[in-house]
Amino acid sequence: MFKRFSSLQWKSFFRSSNLGKSLGIKIVMGFFGVYMLLSLAATGAGMYFILKEVFPDQSPMWSISQYFIYWILIELFLRYFMQKLPVMDIKPFLTTPVKKSTIAHYILGRSAASIYNLLTLFFVVPFAIVLLVNGYPAVNVLLWIVGIMGIILSINYVNLLVNKNDKVLIGIGSILALGYGLDYFGVFSVKEFFAPVFHALYAYPITVLIPIALAGIIYYVNFKYLRDKIYLDAKLQSKSVEANTSDMSWTKRFGEMGSFLQLDLKMIWRNKRTKSQVFISLLFVFYGLVFYTVEAYSSMMPMKAFVGVFMTGIFLSNFGQFIPAWDSSYYSMMMSQNIPMRKYLESKVILITVSVVGMFLLTIPYVYFGWEALAINFGCALYNLGVNIPVILYFGSFNKKRIELDQSPFGNMQGASATQFLVMLPVMVVPIIIFSIFYYIFNIEVAVGVLSVLGIIGFAMKNYLLGLITEQYKKKKYGMIAGFKEKAS
Amino acid sequence: MITIENLSKIYGSQKVLNIESLNIPTGQSFGLVGNNGAGKTTLFSLLLDLIQPTTGYIINNDVQVNTSEDWKPFTSSFIDETFLIGYLTPEEYFYFIGDLRGQNKADVDALLAQYQDFFHGEILGQKKYLRDLSKGNQKKAGIVASFIGNPKVVILDEPFANLDPTTQIRLKQIIKELAEQKDVTVLVSSHDLIHVTEVCERIVVLNKGEVVKDIETSAETLKELEVFFGAESAQVVME
Repeated sequence: MFKRFSSLQWKSFFRSSNLGKSLGIKIVMGFFGVYMLLSLAATGAGMYFILKEVFPDQSPMWSISQYFIYWILIELFLRYFMQKLPVMDIKPFLTTPVKKSTIAHYILGRSAASIYNLLTLFFVVPFAIVLLVNGYPAVNVLLWIVGIMGIILSINYVNLLVNKNDKVLIGIGSILALGYGLDYFGVFSVKEFFAPVFHALYAYPITVLIPIALAGIIYYVNFKYLRDKIYLDAKLQSKSVEANTSDMSWTKRFGEMGSFLQLDLKMIWRNKRTKSQVFISLLFVFYGLVFYTVEAYSSMMPMKAFVGVFMTGIFLSNFGQFIPAWDSSYYSMMMSQNIPMRKYLESKVILITVSVVGMFLLTIPYVYFGWEALAINFGCALYNLGVNIPVILYFGSFNKKRIELDQSPFGNMQGASATQFLVMLPVMVVPIIIFSIFYYIFNIEVAVGVLSVLGIIGFAMKNYLLGLITEQYKKKKYGMIAGFKEKAS
Repeated sequence: MITIENLSKIYGSQKVLNIESLNIPTGQSFGLVGNNGAGKTTLFSLLLDLIQPTTGYIINNDVQVNTSEDWKPFTSSFIDETFLIGYLTPEEYFYFIGDLRGQNKADVDALLAQYQDFFHGEILGQKKYLRDLSKGNQKKAGIVASFIGNPKVVILDEPFANLDPTTQIRLKQIIKELAEQKDVTVLVSSHDLIHVTEVCERIVVLNKGEVVKDIETSAETLKELEVFFGAESAQVVME
């Protein structure tokens, strides 16, 4: 039976209608994945030497045991966001003579093979190999790996049980912060307290039974819970949220565009993917800290231009690149309704403009790191407003992939195609090149000035450019309608 | 008046629609019947300029559909649930459509009040987004939305499918009333021969993309259609 389930899973992947078309993307993502795994493995192998360097007077095994509790908490925390609960289309099996326990075992078994479990292995195994090479006893090290696997599986199944519960997330977050705080201020050493616990996994091989038993127990709890929930009206039914109607009559001030603007705001707020997009964009305000505080970057002006374009334009690129695919699920209605294409696009321009201005205002505190930071961010914001908005809207007309709004954005490549990679070139790279050329020939004032002037020119030509883009959207209309109809799986 | 001239749609080597000439006078209630794949939805999509014709054209009240967008203000439609915006509540959706068609909130409310019966208390004030409504209720919302803004041409694809019997009867009444207005043209497609013969003055049968029958509805129409589709199935058996 397991074999049959697996083969169905396999078919659903390879027969999904968008597989062939997005092969290019899959390859690019594949490269990224391999790169990630390789760097993870390299870190794992290097960790021994790093730990030896940082804590010369204790064994790397002890050092890693000290931090293990944090690892577990952080992994639990991250998995909340990243890991999708394993779903299988079990509806068709409910009426067939397949035992519910078989279905439950299969779902749980499959989640054990989740990529997130493998990630840790890619770190732990190279670390262990280095340990062996350095003469650590083989039995202890190998059983230590087994123990770690038990812990990882426990984390995996705890995460399934927790099932995206916000309260638990907040709980884990606070424990993490509290523990780190206690450690940091030297009130109580959480590290020292837990180090022997995890070190025991290595020192006393027999203790390996504990994580294994733990994983087994949590698996069983999960299994019982899941088996009893395989009904159409229990686990399988998606929860429906109570609608909160909001009166956004203030958008009427924008005239005819008001209704589109209102629609866009509701879309962003009421759908998972767009909502997280906004939060992610806001988080990127802190991206500047990475560059301004690090000595090595402080003299590299082009790097600051990159940060400027990126911070003020993060929403522009994240949201803008998928226009009009955000509206894909009802695009044919939009196209047969009494909608002037231009007004539709103008409302998107307003939305992005507000985001760029808002992000610029949020980056003003970086003036603390010198007036150049503020000047560069200002020039970049102008460039984003005048040049990048039309550019990204233009490239939007090449979008033909449907987006399901209510899916999480993490690792979600829905709607992505080669266009998205191409559009990043003009949006992110061109302004940096322009900036660098004028910065190295003249000085920073000229470079910022050029970016600003380009932005202002673009802004002045807005009506003309928008006219061109509108024509482009009209021309591509049929392709978009047909493309958006194809459901991605 | 809707005029269809020499209209065809070809996908690859397959001709899915081929209509030499078809006139739908203003105010007519027009029914389109045919088996799956007969080209009903293709014809409606062409009428709404959602797909491009391979040859020919459609003129909707003096506007050629695939070259100008001026037919949009007086034409409205409900083809399928992709016409709904899932993250809006039904009310918000109605007001949004109203906005697009130059109707203010009060206009929309007045119109919705007429359809209280049809909604059966399952659409308005439910605190639910459209995506969380059942298929039948989604359809109700979509159909009523297509009546907003006094359209002159109303296009409904399979409006009776997925509706419960009570709602089907009410919908028939609504379409009949709409058709009684002299200046409103109603186009309806359906698999259900009884429903279309009841609400439509004229019925066109499509088969493999061709118009094979074009009849004024009379007492014998249902019989005639049943004989036609019965013969179809007999033919399939023979083959």
